[in-house]
Amino acid sequence: MLAKRIIPCLDVKDGRTVKGVNFVDLRDAGDPVELAWQYSEQGADELVFLDITATHERRKTTIDLVKAVARQINIPFTIGGGINEMADAEVLLNAGADKISINSAAVRNPELINQLADAFGTQFVVVAVDTRLIEGMNYVHLRGGRDKTDIETEHWIKEAENRGAGEILLTSMDHDGTKNGFDISLLKKINDQIRIPLIASGGAGNQQHFADVFQHSNVDAALAASVFHYGEIRIPELKETLKNQGIAVR
Amino acid sequence: MIGIVNYGAGNIFSLTAALQRIGVEYGMINQVTDFDQYDRIIIPGVGHAGAAMKKLRETGLVEDILKLEKPVLGICVGMQLLTACSEEGNVELLDIFPLKTLHFDERIQLKVPHMGWNSVRAENDCPLFQDVPDNTYFYFVHSYFIEYSKQYTGAVCEYGLRYSAAIQKNNFYGVQFHPEKSGKCGETLLLNFSKI
Repeated sequence: MLAKRIIPCLDVKDGRTVKGVNFVDLRDAGDPVELAWQYSEQGADELVFLDITATHERRKTTIDLVKAVARQINIPFTIGGGINEMADAEVLLNAGADKISINSAAVRNPELINQLADAFGTQFVVVAVDTRLIEGMNYVHLRGGRDKTDIETEHWIKEAENRGAGEILLTSMDHDGTKNGFDISLLKKINDQIRIPLIASGGAGNQQHFADVFQHSNVDAALAASVFHYGEIRIPELKETLKNQGIAVR
Repeated sequence: MIGIVNYGAGNIFSLTAALQRIGVEYGMINQVTDFDQYDRIIIPGVGHAGAAMKKLRETGLVEDILKLEKPVLGICVGMQLLTACSEEGNVELLDIFPLKTLHFDERIQLKVPHMGWNSVRAENDCPLFQDVPDNTYFYFVHSYFIEYSKQYTGAVCEYGLRYSAAIQKNNFYGVQFHPEKSGKCGETLLLNFSKI
């Protein structure tokens, strides 16, 4: 049976992990490769690296990071942040990235999704969507939820699927950081309308939140950052909890 | 030493990295004379089966692949190329296995691609799965699958239907999942292939 996936997300700046980490057994908590290795040993099913480097140097440090991860980690990983054109994606593919995630660039230029899918296959293209509820409607937001667009989230996700997205990573900005659980009603609504995998993001605070999102929205994967980094949720225990509730996990 | 058929269908960085991790030497096969340097062969591949077959034909290596008596492992689309034909692009393939590669789309109600970790059970004493427990999870990403055949299957997987996650015939083997991305058991499988 296809397992539900647990995905830790690592924010990376200038080749180093940002956000605090609280693993006692880490020699260097800022080293994304060592952190990635720890997560894969713990049973993470996949990893997402979000590159938030703003400088011109970003391309080189990111590529070096992707190569180091691909050499040492034996589970799939996605890299996102700052991918604006075909060339950006191609160097990451050649450095060993399994998937790339695009967000603002896809909203600004939706044709980019088609181009990436045609050139590298749909399995390579994750479209990340940040959404926020405004007067009862969900709208796509850019720049980490700061800039509202007039695009309806549901509509955009269906368009992304039609254009060749292989997977959707949906972050509810209303839930992100609250630790009150995932936005199950939105995730269920979206999941029922698409036929590509959906990754839930935003709001994870405890193990039961993961069980709830899988049981009630049937999403394919759930992503979180701080609860894993600070050691509040340990992946082996999380998997055990899910298994005990009849959810297929690896 | 393993020779990797280098025909431009997808990135092979992850595969070579996995071989390095398990300490298996490898090199690239770009032309017919390269086959002699290796005692076993991997045909990798991601993307579109029709496009991959076209690229493979352009290398001029097809006739020699068909004649190989060394162990050969096709991975993902590289495995599908070993079958008779694919619904992806409606193409004829190498026909080493008299099996069809079919599309999930109309045949199951589940999401397509089949993406993520799914459990696999070995059949017919497939040597690739030595020391790999039944129902071990491997990482899959594919929209097309190889029809189940009792005779040629090396392992089965269930995703809305039962299909061959691995195939074997004489010296030819194939796996639909990505051993190079499937954790320790994936590395065990590659190591098993290096010893067949």
